[in-house]
Amino acid sequence: MDHPIPTDILRWIVFLPLIGAIINGLLGAIIQKKMGKGAISFIACTPVVLAFGISLSVFFQLKGLNPEQRFLIDNLYSWITLGSLKVDMAFLADPLSAVMILVVTGIGGLIHIYAIGYMHDDKAFWRFFAYLNLFTAAMLTLVLGDSLLLMFVGWEGVGLCSYALIGFWYQDHNNARAGNKAFIVNRVGDFGFVLGMFLLFWSLDAQGHGTLTFREIAKWASTLQGQMIWGVPVVTLATLFLFVGATGKSAQIPLHVWLPDAMAGPTPVSALIHAATMVTAGVYMIARLGFLFAMAPATLHVVAVIAAVTALFAATIAVTQNDIKKVLAYSTVSQLGYMFLAMGVGAYAQGVFHLVTHAFFKACLFLGAGSVIHAMGGEQDMTKMGGLRKHMPRTFITYLLATLAIMGFPGTAGFFSKDGILEEAYGRGGMGLWLAGLVGAGFTAFYMWRQVFMTFFGESRADEHTKHHLHESPGVMTWPLVILALGAFPVGMFGLPAFLGHHRFVEWLEPVFGHGHGEAAHLSHETAVLLTVISVVVALAGFGLAYLMYYRKSSAPERFSALAGGLFYRLSYNKYYIDEIYQAIFVNGTLLLARIGSLFDQYVIDGIVDGSASLTRFISWLNGLFDNYIIDGIVNAVANITFWIGNRFRRLQTGNINSYLYGILIAVVVAIIVKLRYWS
Amino acid sequence: MPGFSPNELSSYLIIGAILFTLGLFTVLTRRNAISVLMGVELILNSANINYVAFSHFGSGNADGQIYAIFVIMLAAAEAAVGLAIVLAIFQIFHTIDVEAVETLRE
Repeated sequence: MDHPIPTDILRWIVFLPLIGAIINGLLGAIIQKKMGKGAISFIACTPVVLAFGISLSVFFQLKGLNPEQRFLIDNLYSWITLGSLKVDMAFLADPLSAVMILVVTGIGGLIHIYAIGYMHDDKAFWRFFAYLNLFTAAMLTLVLGDSLLLMFVGWEGVGLCSYALIGFWYQDHNNARAGNKAFIVNRVGDFGFVLGMFLLFWSLDAQGHGTLTFREIAKWASTLQGQMIWGVPVVTLATLFLFVGATGKSAQIPLHVWLPDAMAGPTPVSALIHAATMVTAGVYMIARLGFLFAMAPATLHVVAVIAAVTALFAATIAVTQNDIKKVLAYSTVSQLGYMFLAMGVGAYAQGVFHLVTHAFFKACLFLGAGSVIHAMGGEQDMTKMGGLRKHMPRTFITYLLATLAIMGFPGTAGFFSKDGILEEAYGRGGMGLWLAGLVGAGFTAFYMWRQVFMTFFGESRADEHTKHHLHESPGVMTWPLVILALGAFPVGMFGLPAFLGHHRFVEWLEPVFGHGHGEAAHLSHETAVLLTVISVVVALAGFGLAYLMYYRKSSAPERFSALAGGLFYRLSYNKYYIDEIYQAIFVNGTLLLARIGSLFDQYVIDGIVDGSASLTRFISWLNGLFDNYIIDGIVNAVANITFWIGNRFRRLQTGNINSYLYGILIAVVVAIIVKLRYWS
Repeated sequence: MPGFSPNELSSYLIIGAILFTLGLFTVLTRRNAISVLMGVELILNSANINYVAFSHFGSGNADGQIYAIFVIMLAAAEAAVGLAIVLAIFQIFHTIDVEAVETLRE
């Protein structure tokens, strides 16, 4: 870890999709018109496939090194140097990020190819692929960034692209609103992320080692041991904030509400962003900062509890949903809960392993659903489907395989990853967490098979017009399905539990995680086998119930819906009314605050301003009075006195010569007297 | 009675004073412009008497008498001018009552 190997190849993994995004974004409209959609597809898919190739070479390069040396750094340039904050634009490749880039470019590449077929009739074809490439570039920045800051850049970038892609068909107002919801809820989480980032930097800086680079944080994290802030340990608070960010991005309770609404976007978007990659960013973040979370057992406990609740809770909603994509959306929320459960009990590698297997089969499921929707002419309601296996064999088979994986059928990848998590939950987390995961798994099997039976089996409930259009999707859409469904199996082989061989995946990630937090659950051989058997039985029970209800139609779904006067059904169907609660509290609350603010502005602020104006006018009015009466009064008085004196003196001028002569006589007499008396 | 004999200066001065007072009185009170001019003549002549008296009793030379001749000449010129003015006033006001010429009042 201390001697990373410099390289300059990692940047291309990010830059290639970015270049594709720029070309398609700026010139896409022209290219599409002049050279057709084929050119756009080429410009968009080639970078991702090339990036996958580079990722593979990076993986093998790492494999060829000693486990302690598996660390590549690609330093582009020194980005920020500000006081004690020094952040470079640099990418790092260690076993963890190698896994992530393989997932993102590999599954992303398959989805790009699928989307060529799915979005074939769309006029804004170029815009879609520009956004898709941009998203890929941002996601790769997220997983390759060597500092929290660069990761956050990617974090925000994927949020932006998610918004753009969910609201892709923005002409329908509901889609735009769903995009808004995703972005805004994400933002709440991002606020937590930012606070965590600041707190981390600040507290590290207080110890003299302020940094945001992962390697540096790992080096100096121990200095934070025992540091308190506002009465709680710093590490706990920082990791809690970061977890809030993860909750928002990865749709855990209470910030999960955006994911079901995000299904308004095109299905490839749902597959890529909301199943395989973006939503897993939270899991990756915890994995990346695992050493930090290991120092805060309180946070890990919170993570595990929230994850378990989410896993169970989302599964209970999925059982009543009729929209094919909504079922998968809630399933994603639930499966993310499993990943976080693993992280919460300290089994980081297991969580990441489930991330990988889930990416495979969830993407396969979503793409399969897209194929179904495509065939049904846009219909997404499962109550209108049925019997599709006859018309779409390839989609059916791949969907079946993916369903087996997600329910944890023995031998599938999902079996190994989910079982691994449940085992760790039992060993390290306790009975409660394990039970929640187990019950959730039962529900998972049930709702997935319900979906399969409703969609592919039985009689078709579609109308005549749609029935005539039912057809298998074109190769460009079905081949990715096949690759995903089949590819899940070898991936599963990497995660064999202890009693079947060594867990290659956990070993691969050991340089990054050590042994995770706490000791690995050292379950005895018998306990491990027992747990596995129990989970398989529960999964089969779920399958069985779905089989009875939806294939044999022996115990009708209506009887279950009527339980407790239909309360459970209604709670589940209406997503426990959480959206309505949020609307009432947060949305209306904010609007209320806005209205209060506006009233305050109108009456108080404007009142003060107008008041000061009135005061000024009043003072100037007083001034005017003063000026008018007093000043003018004085001036006028002077004039009046002069006038009055003048009036009096006017009488002297009689025009009569005699009186003038009298005056002269008197004056002379006076002058003589004065002279005689006072002057000698 | 001191100074009433014709050999005393004071008796001539007294005559001059009396004449002056009478002349002054005439100027101040008469309404006829010509009478006012006559009064002015009286005043001037009283001054003449003074001159001559002092010339005889005072210095003994004939300076006073010369002055008296100047004054008579002046009186004549002035009377001419005065009469011209009275004529002009008569042409405008058609009267030589001094109290009627008061267009410059107030």
